[in-house]
Order: sequence, then structure tokens, then C-alpha cells
Amino acid sequence: MLEVSPLIADSASNLLAARYQMAFTLGFHIILACFGVAFPAVMLIAEYRGRKHEDEDALRLARRWSKAVAVLFAVGAVSGTVLSFELGLLWPGMMDRFGDAFGIAFAIEGIFFFLEAIFIAIYIYGWNRLPGWAHFWSGVPIAISGIGGALSVISANAWMNTPAGFTLGPDGRVADADLVDVIFNTSTFHEFVHMWVAAYMVTGFLVASVYAVAMLRGRRDRYHRLGFLIPFTVAAIAAPIQIVVGDFVARDVYEDQPAKFAAMECVYESGPDQAEHLGGICTDGEVKGDISIPGANSLLAGFSTETEVTGLNSIPADEQPPTPTTIHLAFDAMVAIGFALLGLALWFAIVWRRKRNLPRTPWFLRAAAAAGVAAVVALECGWMVTEIGRQPWIVVGFMRTEEAVTPAEGIWWVFAFTLAIYVALGLITAVVLRGMARRWREADEAEPELAAPYSPPPPPPKPETAP
Amino acid sequence: MSKPDVVAAILWIGVTLYAVFGGADFGAGMWDLVAGRSDRAERARALIDHSIAPVWEANHVWLIFVLVVLWTAFPPAFSAVMTTLYVPLALAALGIVLRGSGFAFRHALPGPVRAPATRVFGISSLLTPFFMGTVVGAVASGEVPAGGGGDPISSWIGIVPLTTGVLFVAASAYVAAVFLVRDAGAAGDEDLGDYFGRRALAMAVIAGGAAVAGVLALRSDARFVYDGLTGPGLPLVIASGLCGLGALVLLARRVTLAIRPLAVAAVAAVVWGFFVAQHPYMLPESLTIDEAVGVSATQTGVIIVFVVAGIVCLPAFGLLYLLAQRRALE
Repeated sequence: MLEVSPLIADSASNLLAARYQMAFTLGFHIILACFGVAFPAVMLIAEYRGRKHEDEDALRLARRWSKAVAVLFAVGAVSGTVLSFELGLLWPGMMDRFGDAFGIAFAIEGIFFFLEAIFIAIYIYGWNRLPGWAHFWSGVPIAISGIGGALSVISANAWMNTPAGFTLGPDGRVADADLVDVIFNTSTFHEFVHMWVAAYMVTGFLVASVYAVAMLRGRRDRYHRLGFLIPFTVAAIAAPIQIVVGDFVARDVYEDQPAKFAAMECVYESGPDQAEHLGGICTDGEVKGDISIPGANSLLAGFSTETEVTGLNSIPADEQPPTPTTIHLAFDAMVAIGFALLGLALWFAIVWRRKRNLPRTPWFLRAAAAAGVAAVVALECGWMVTEIGRQPWIVVGFMRTEEAVTPAEGIWWVFAFTLAIYVALGLITAVVLRGMARRWREADEAEPELAAPYSPPPPPPKPETAP
Repeated sequence: MSKPDVVAAILWIGVTLYAVFGGADFGAGMWDLVAGRSDRAERARALIDHSIAPVWEANHVWLIFVLVVLWTAFPPAFSAVMTTLYVPLALAALGIVLRGSGFAFRHALPGPVRAPATRVFGISSLLTPFFMGTVVGAVASGEVPAGGGGDPISSWIGIVPLTTGVLFVAASAYVAAVFLVRDAGAAGDEDLGDYFGRRALAMAVIAGGAAVAGVLALRSDARFVYDGLTGPGLPLVIASGLCGLGALVLLARRVTLAIRPLAVAAVAAVVWGFFVAQHPYMLPESLTIDEAVGVSATQTGVIIVFVVAGIVCLPAFGLLYLLAQRRALE
């Protein structure tokens, strides 16, 4: 479908361009949103430890992480603003008809975003002038408002999956709304918890992976170990919780969004005793190249192999998710990565319980270094399942995505341009963060005794870094 | 005041706050762009950084607030504007991305790429308010049909939108210069105070000229708003002019005490002059507030959210400004 000429702005091509544009900008923002939700908490854990135990390493980590939080928050603020524009620029049909129903969740999000912006500024610029514990407490509202903001935005997304709390008038517009039902629709709670825990996993594993790489390169001092341990512990606690949460979420999707569930599990024929297909291509009414576990899908969905699962064939052709293979594989990849991360967390937990230390083999650090990227991949896969699995609807049962898309022309060009800008933005963000890390490292090497007052004597300097 | 009018007023409060505080941040970026290269230019840049770094993200939230209230409370107006003025809106969104990231990156980047980041920050600080001005001007001159889908080009390439764009740029630069005069005073740098004082004076003249040109353009292209501004909105227009003149006099006499409130009042009065002038319309002569407003429960919801935001956010915002003013943040 990609060979459609950018110059032909027929509605199908326009729809595809708009979907790519939204998917790409949202897929970019969702990573920054995870940092916005969870990084402040990780940073506060470090500051708490630093102040409580007079731990200079922990304080130094908190101070440095807060600088990374500032950069990521700034990029997240602008990429989030782009999404606000895009809701209108790309999907005016939905905003026109349903803005006064589901829009209120974004209004509430505004409060949390405002609080987050204010207290991030106080926290980041207050390191030198605010007294110790006052500074710590100035960071607590950031972590809390991050959670509230996520709940609000997820509520709006959940509403698109399971719209509730409104009645339509004869003109097809919203005639009345019950905002409590809108905000707390059936999917709000499970989508929110899933995303919330995911934010802690993504942030924890990603931040820890930076220190895992540093330790693999021989920087195994206390500072780097702590920089690894704090975020990794957060993620390792979140990982098993996420498996349980994910299990509940899948059953909720089975109950409330049968078409999405059918695509996730690649079920064509409705009925009991459905097999769980691991991997494979969903095509021509069957799954090819998968590993099949008989009855497992029914068992997971309803605790019995007798559980009936709706198949894609029972859903009208024009209401089926158009690309079940993508949804199925994205779902499988998310689950697989989730279990791999659980395994990593368990490995860490068992060794730590026995030896109060990290696993000795470098393979643990190598796995931890890969876990950051893996967590992001799982995040994107899960988000693809939610969004692509909702197609062809933008508001399930009420508005199809093609009814919502803008008639404006030239979206392929806008998308190409956006792609270039965002790739540059992502690269510069990475360069900036790496540059910060390098400057910190140089500062520590210049004054090692100041940098690590409580650490064991530093290892002999490596030849290439020796002054 | 009817309930839809209250909600429209809430929208306008957001517009006012964004025009003043968001405008000041954009204006500061413009001054950064034109500061040139000298010892004083670097001091000016440092002052600009110090002034906007802690607050620009919080100020930016007012834009989100305006967008969200517009689509939640007045969905048809939102989609009509978005399907007509998507070109300047997309350019403004681009400017927002470049301004924010340019500012955030310029100190964090290594030396050689710092200058381009600074320039990106400056140029986008100039272009973003310009395109936002063309959007407001296009709405005021009745270019947005109620059902949306107006001409994507001619709707905003007109005398009124372009003049409004220039007015937005000049007003932002003016407010920023006034704020920076005060900040230079607080930092004890009299030389920079004079520097920004002269720039504030020049910008006041340009903004005043653009405002007069804009009103004349409205007379031929947007008669309804013109009649409103010269009728029921006239007291506010006069108040704006008086505040602007008052600030000019104080600037010329180098009295920094009340220039900030006067400059803010000059901008706020003109924003509310527009509100009065285009009432009862949301989109002049095509869509009234009552036609555009969403369901009653949502109007109530927006009012509640606004009140809660006021109770929760204003003290927090006040704390941030207080700490910034007391130089507790650095």
C-alpha cells in the first residue's frame, strides 16, 4: 500500500497517511510519556536514599537524573502538543462529533500537566537554593501528577475502545453526556494500570541499561552500581506485577472488545476449545507457521477449555481489524518480551537474596543492557495492539476512522517532513543525553575522591582514560 | 451571562494568559535571535535564559488549555478552524516543536552545534506567534465557514490575518522586553535594563502601528468585528491604548515599578476587546457561541475543571514565580 503516490490525495490514501502520521508521532511521544510518568519517581528514590543515609552517590545520581528528566520533559511537552494539534488537524470528524464527550479527560490532564511543569521547574532549578528535604518534597508532586496525567489521557483512549456515558441525538451528535461514565468507561482502569506499570518498566530497564553498559565497560564503582540498582529494582518489581495485570487486561479485552481479541489471538472460527497460537501468519482464514497449544486460548480467556471465543469470521467483513497478522505478532512479541523481562527480574532477585550482589556473569549485564530496548519494543507492540486492533473504528461502534479523517490534501508530504524532524529530534536527544553523561564522567575522573567519597578504592585507571 | 458565555469567557482567560505569558517567552526568543554577537549580547542571552527557563513549560500549558477547552466545549468551532486553517496551524505546531527543543538543547549540546540550536530557537520564536496571529486574524475576518473546509490558502493570506500576525510578533516582543527590563533591574544590571528599555519602546511603537493598521484592515475586511471594536469594545480598546501609552511614558522616564502590570493590561484589554467585539460569535458571522457549544453536562464539566485548576494550579504557579523572582531557582 506504500506505493500510493503522495500526489494522489484520494481518501483511502489520505486515511493511510493520517494513520501513519498519528501512529508515528504517538509512538514517539509514548516513550517520553513513560519517562514523564516514572523517571521522577526513580529520581526521587535516589534523592530519598541520598538524604536519609547521607549517600553522596545517590544524591549525585538524583541531581544528574533530574537534568535528563528536564530534557526529556521538554521534548515530551512539545511532542505532546503536536498530538493536541493532530487530533484536530488529522481527525476533525471525531473531534467535531465527539469532542464534548471524551474531550473532558484531556481538560483534566491539563491540570496535571500544569502541576508537573511547575514542580519540575522548582525541583530542577531548586537544587542549590532549596533546603534538603524541602527540595525532595518539591519533587513529589511531579511523580503524582505524572500518574494523574497518564490516567486522564488513557481514559480518553479507553473511551475510543469502549465508548460510554453519552446519548446521540437525531443529528448524530452527542445529545447528552455523563462525564463520570465517560471518564471511567469499562477500559479505563485496566488500560491505565497496564500503561502505568509499563512506564515504570520502560523507564527502569532503560535507565538501568545505560549503567549496565557502563559496568560492562569496566566502570564498576559504587556510583555506577547504584545507578544500575535503583532503576533496575523498580523495573524488576514492576515486571511480575505487569504479567498479572496483563493477564487481567487480556480477559477484559476478551469480554469487551471481541474483534480486537480475535485478531490478537488470530481466531477465525468462533467456538470453544480455541488453541493458543504462538507466532504465525493469519491469512486465508487460518494461522500458518505457528506453534499451537490446544485449548490454551479458551483456558486463558475463561479458565476452561469450554470458553467460547468469537472468531473473525463472525464479525462483518467491513468491521474486522484489517491487519490481523500485525496485531497478532505485536501481541505475541509484547507477551514474549514481558516474560523474558520477568525472567531477568527473577534471576536478579534470586542472586540478590543469596549473595546481596549482582549475578557475577557478564551475561547478566548484557541481558540488562538489552532489556531497556526490549521494554521499549514491548511498549510499542502493546500500543500497536490497542490502536490497530481498534480499526476500522476510531470510536468503536460509532465512527469509522475514514469518517473522521481530514479532507485536507498533502498529508504524505507532512508525514515525510515529520519523519525527518522527529528522527533528528530523537537523534539530538540521544546526543544531548550522551554528552551529559560524558561530561559527568569527565568531572568524576577529574576529581575521583570528591566524586565517590564512600566507594571502595577505585580500580587502577585504564590506559586509554589515564591522564 | 449564560452558561455558554461563561465557558467562552474561560476559553478567553486561557487565550489572555497564553498571549501574555506565552507571548513573553516567544518575545524573549526573538530578542535572543537579534541580539547579535557582543559581550552585552551574551549577557542579554544569559538574562533571557534565566528569565524563561523555569517558566516556559508552565506558560506553554495555556496553549494546551486553549486547544482542549475549544475542542471540549466548542467542538464544531474547533473542527471548522482545523479544517480551514491547517496550514498556519501546522506551521505553528512545527514552530512549537523547534522552539521548545531548540531551547532545551542549546545548553546541553556540545559547543559547535550550540549556535544552530540557538538560531532554531530564535527563528521559531518569531514564526510561531506570527502563524498563530494569522489564525486569529483569519477567524476574526470571517474566513472560517461554520462547517469548516474553508480555503486553505486565501483564508489566511489576507491583509487582516497577516497584519494580526505582525501584531502578535510585535506585542510578544514588547511584553518580553518589558519583562526583561524588570528582570535586569532585579539582577542589578542597569546597562541591560536600558538595552531592553530601548527595545521595549521601539516595539511599543511598532505594535501600536500594527494595531492601528489591523483595525483599519478590519474596517474593510471584517466589518462585524470592526463595528464591535469601535462600539461595545471601544472602552477596552481605549484602555489598552492608555495602558500602552502609560507604559511608554514610564519606560522613557526609566521608572520600572509599574510597567509590567501596564504592559500586561495593554495586551489583556485588547484580547478582551476582541471577545466583546465578536460576541455573540465564536467564529464571526458564521457560528455563534450558542450554536458551537457542546452539551450542557460538558459545559459544567469545563467550568468545574477550570475552578479546580484555579484552586490547585494558581498557588503552585504563584510559588514558582515567587521562587523565580526571589532567585531561589537557578
